[in-house]
Amino acid sequence: MLSKIEEIKSPRNVYGETLVELGEKNHNIVVLDADLSCSTQTCKFAQKFPERFFNCGIAEQDMMGTAAGLAYGGKIAFASSFAMFATARCLDQIRNTICYSKLNVKIVATHGGITVGEDGASHQALEDISYMRSIPDMKVIIPADCTEVKQVIKYAAETSGPMYIRVPRTNLKTIFDPEEYKFNPIAGLKLRDGKDITIVSNGETLIEVLNTAEKLHEVGIEADVLHYPVVKPFHHLALKESAAKTRKVVVVENHSIIGGLGSAVCESLCQHMPTKVYRIGTEDTFGQSGEQRQLMEFYGLTSTKIYEKIIKFMDVR
Amino acid sequence: MKTLTNAIRRDILKMIHNAKSGHPGGACSCADILAVLYKKVMNVPLDWDKAPDFSKRDRFILSKGHASPALYATLAHCGYFPLDLLNGFRVLGSKLQGHPSSRVKLPGIEVSTGSLGQGLSIGVGLALALRLDNSNSKVFVLMGDGEMQEGSVWESLMNAHSKKLKNLIVIIDKNNLQIDGCVQDVKTLEPLDEKLKAFGFEVHSIDGHNYEQLETTLLQAKNSDKLCAIIANTIKGKGISFMENNPAWHGKAPNDEQLQKALEELC
Repeated sequence: MLSKIEEIKSPRNVYGETLVELGEKNHNIVVLDADLSCSTQTCKFAQKFPERFFNCGIAEQDMMGTAAGLAYGGKIAFASSFAMFATARCLDQIRNTICYSKLNVKIVATHGGITVGEDGASHQALEDISYMRSIPDMKVIIPADCTEVKQVIKYAAETSGPMYIRVPRTNLKTIFDPEEYKFNPIAGLKLRDGKDITIVSNGETLIEVLNTAEKLHEVGIEADVLHYPVVKPFHHLALKESAAKTRKVVVVENHSIIGGLGSAVCESLCQHMPTKVYRIGTEDTFGQSGEQRQLMEFYGLTSTKIYEKIIKFMDVR
Repeated sequence: MKTLTNAIRRDILKMIHNAKSGHPGGACSCADILAVLYKKVMNVPLDWDKAPDFSKRDRFILSKGHASPALYATLAHCGYFPLDLLNGFRVLGSKLQGHPSSRVKLPGIEVSTGSLGQGLSIGVGLALALRLDNSNSKVFVLMGDGEMQEGSVWESLMNAHSKKLKNLIVIIDKNNLQIDGCVQDVKTLEPLDEKLKAFGFEVHSIDGHNYEQLETTLLQAKNSDKLCAIIANTIKGKGISFMENNPAWHGKAPNDEQLQKALEELC
């Protein structure tokens, strides 16, 4: 399942390419953007199918309402922008128009989390998963590499109803083998087997967590690594089994520790397998400008920093 | 038509009285518009989604969702569902939610509305979808004038023009009042007709209680190949003397005595 070749690719490019591929087969697919089509890579679809691409300008509220109308008219509407503007700016439209009417709108956001980098806090969505997770009937998916982005976008096109997908901004090492990997929307995925600690992650931090697990192995700590691309609806089984075994759970995500994957894990465990959970993400804070690796280091999301935090966590126990 | 609109207004007041909550003022201001739309202008099959030509229907979006009792009463009187369902307005488990909901599958309700300023964007998207499908159906969106203070309305007005839509008709129920008082005083929209013209619309300003004017203008807009906005000048609380032009009746239920007096006026 894991990729055998070393390659680094842009998830955004894969999103754009997948839209084109889907658009060729399915004429009901329409794409909307709010003046960021070059950044989100929906421009690829725009070039190929201009009659099915709707640039709504710098007006995200209108874009979400328009996407809702297109979906109500029988189309499969993909609406894209940066995670900040595709969620917070138009939250009312997403809740009251898209989700309340249960319309077939796929909000695919790029530029989520601290890794937005130099643009700073105004553009770093650290709360988007929290907003989206709390709306009834909204599915929330955070793929971790290009292989998964492609499969998740195809899954979205085939699955009716509102969905929020956060596509990583940064170029990422391919984790999953495109031939062998099969995205499973109804289960957490175990990527590494260990008895000492459970580490749960998704998105851009998954590769860091896999590297952390290797470092832990070198000092004799064996980690169960769980990938949870689907944050909502949250499927608890893999997590429950792992927590029952290790009795120690760490969650790592490129998001605030409030309301994201960490919260979903806590909500699940408190019901199914009460366990102490250590959440690693950005604290209750805004981000700041910086180069993306520096920011990940500063906010403790690189494999080295995650390793240090986990070692401390294990000591406390 | 007067008999119909009187019956609609009587039911609006009975529903709100029964529920002890609701929005009589804005419901009564748009009752004539709705009656003319459903009786004279739009092509919407009575057996709703069971009709073989359901996909060819005209679409209606009540962007000012708080006027739901007017829409419910109009739909019931036109035969989309039984009149006795109106008794369930705002009652637990009812299809007649406080603001229209597409979740509960009430015949005649296309999409959920209620949070103001969103219906026009939905209308734009729906009009785009119909155009992609080469459909001849038209999309009618009814908004309130107070609602036009929402910025998203102007985003969608821009989008409608930018996308060169010809199958979208915007109707503004301009009753000049909102909860806190006169629209003019709270945050003026004037000159509304000039603004809409500047946004690329062909603007028709009419008496929103004159059946002939409503029918003529709405049919003209329906058959036009231009992007049309109709400013329907109306009176909030129209038909009930003590409610007319009084913002206090934006969101208040009449008591037993007030209901009786109103019903007598609407005979």
